[in-house]
Amino acid sequence: MIKTIQQIQNEIIENMSQHVDWMDKYEYLISLGKTLPPMDAALKTDTFSVPGCQSRVWVSIEKQDGKVVIRADSDTHINKGLIVLVLRVFNGRTVDEINNADLYFIQEAGLRSNLSPSRASGLLAFIDHIKNTVQTL
Amino acid sequence: MLQIDKVRNDFPILRTMVYGKPLVYLDNAATTHKPQRVIDRVCNYYSHENSNIHRGEHYLCEIASAAYEDAREKVKTFINAKEAKEVIFTAGTTASINLLAHSLGKSIREKDEIIISHMEHHSNIIPWQVLCNERNANLKILEIQEDEEATLEALNELISLRTRLVAIICVSNALGTVLPFKKIIDVAHKNSVPIMIDAAQAIQHMPLDVQELDCDFMVFSGHKMYAGTGIGVLYGKKHHLEDLPPYQTGGGMIEKVSFSETTYAKLPYKFEAGTRNIAATISLGEAIDYITDIGFGNIQAHEKELFQYASEQLNTIPLMEQYGENTERTGAISFNIQGMHAYDIAMILDKLGIAVRIGTHCAEPLMHFLGIKGTIRASFAVYNTKDDVDRLVEGINKAISMLE
Repeated sequence: MIKTIQQIQNEIIENMSQHVDWMDKYEYLISLGKTLPPMDAALKTDTFSVPGCQSRVWVSIEKQDGKVVIRADSDTHINKGLIVLVLRVFNGRTVDEINNADLYFIQEAGLRSNLSPSRASGLLAFIDHIKNTVQTL
Repeated sequence: MLQIDKVRNDFPILRTMVYGKPLVYLDNAATTHKPQRVIDRVCNYYSHENSNIHRGEHYLCEIASAAYEDAREKVKTFINAKEAKEVIFTAGTTASINLLAHSLGKSIREKDEIIISHMEHHSNIIPWQVLCNERNANLKILEIQEDEEATLEALNELISLRTRLVAIICVSNALGTVLPFKKIIDVAHKNSVPIMIDAAQAIQHMPLDVQELDCDFMVFSGHKMYAGTGIGVLYGKKHHLEDLPPYQTGGGMIEKVSFSETTYAKLPYKFEAGTRNIAATISLGEAIDYITDIGFGNIQAHEKELFQYASEQLNTIPLMEQYGENTERTGAISFNIQGMHAYDIAMILDKLGIAVRIGTHCAEPLMHFLGIKGTIRASFAVYNTKDDVDRLVEGINKAISMLE
């Protein structure tokens, strides 16, 4: 059985909640970031760059066999970790599933309230970009 | 001698705990904190003096107007202007430069030239760039070099008969580099060209005497010198200000108005249209008193020792690269850790309670010139200590160990 978006989000919240101290949270995010497969250099262009992020974030979004396939990368470790989490939620979903997704993990995993607005908005800009692009697929 | 414990005690925000750790605030080039007496002054204004100035004949109006003009007198004395009317209150450095670009701009013609340096803050680039585009004038860029003589010679070469203004930063907000601004003023004047200096990052670190400097215009912000936000100064020599047309028009800046004609008020009111940021202006007066009470001798001795300590301690970090290290610097140290992203380091520092700034610091052309995407900037004020520097260094080392 493929896990639902809700189940994945709950897993992320559960995992993050085990890291109480912020240094632990970041160590966890950095280690997650290291698992992110590098993106093809040809895709790391301005076209794939997400505006609104303090660091650079690139994303390519395609549809294969009715499922959305997202590849993304960043020049910073912490953002790579955040990307891993977002991709866990979105990758392999249908356009409808992404459109209808109620995203609460950012809030509940403490990634919004504890990141300053500009940084959280980077993460939110990344998610908005995915949601907007998915509409055009 | 500066009594650092006493100074720190003046700033209530320094007692803030950030994520369970005592705040280390090293983003002073962005804005400084406010001492209790400045906060109290603003509170007192709204509690007991609030009124619109220069508009009525009642009691509150009188005392608010007097407090506002008193602040102008304090600025006049602080920068040693000849007359208080040479001090124009604006919303900040950016507003001051926009005012000047707009008002001076009316007389700029095709092929005229404005000279700025490659180290400018965007605030001293874009208003001139827009003006030059509108008027088909040329914006020329002076490259500031480590060799002072080479810089001055380059300026001398760059100035032509069409040069209408040199507008130059005193201390780079991005690197902390102190430009040889007194000598730059002299070169401009030898060529009979007026000069504006952007003192936003200098005014809180060193005494600036506009008569001794002989600058034609000087701009700075209150919030970087312990006053509230939304107040800045455009100083100008009286004859220049008298020649310039007003920037904004409306209430408070007129002498007589009919539907066919308006005559403008005299200096400084000609440039102060609309209701002013009275509370912030009064806070600037109080901040000036605060600085004066401590004394620039004490401030500079403390900040110089701290700066040197910070630069040395940062250099103990492996793969540390400081920018502008061979130049005279004050207030800010800009650096990168090779192979690490400033963003990751700043995020970790933040969670350790340490506030620094990362990015291009509103000086993208300078970053292009240096061939870098941005830096981490630690910037200092009178209340920072060696302990703050130690916490910063420790925090960066911690971040490196996490990111390696």
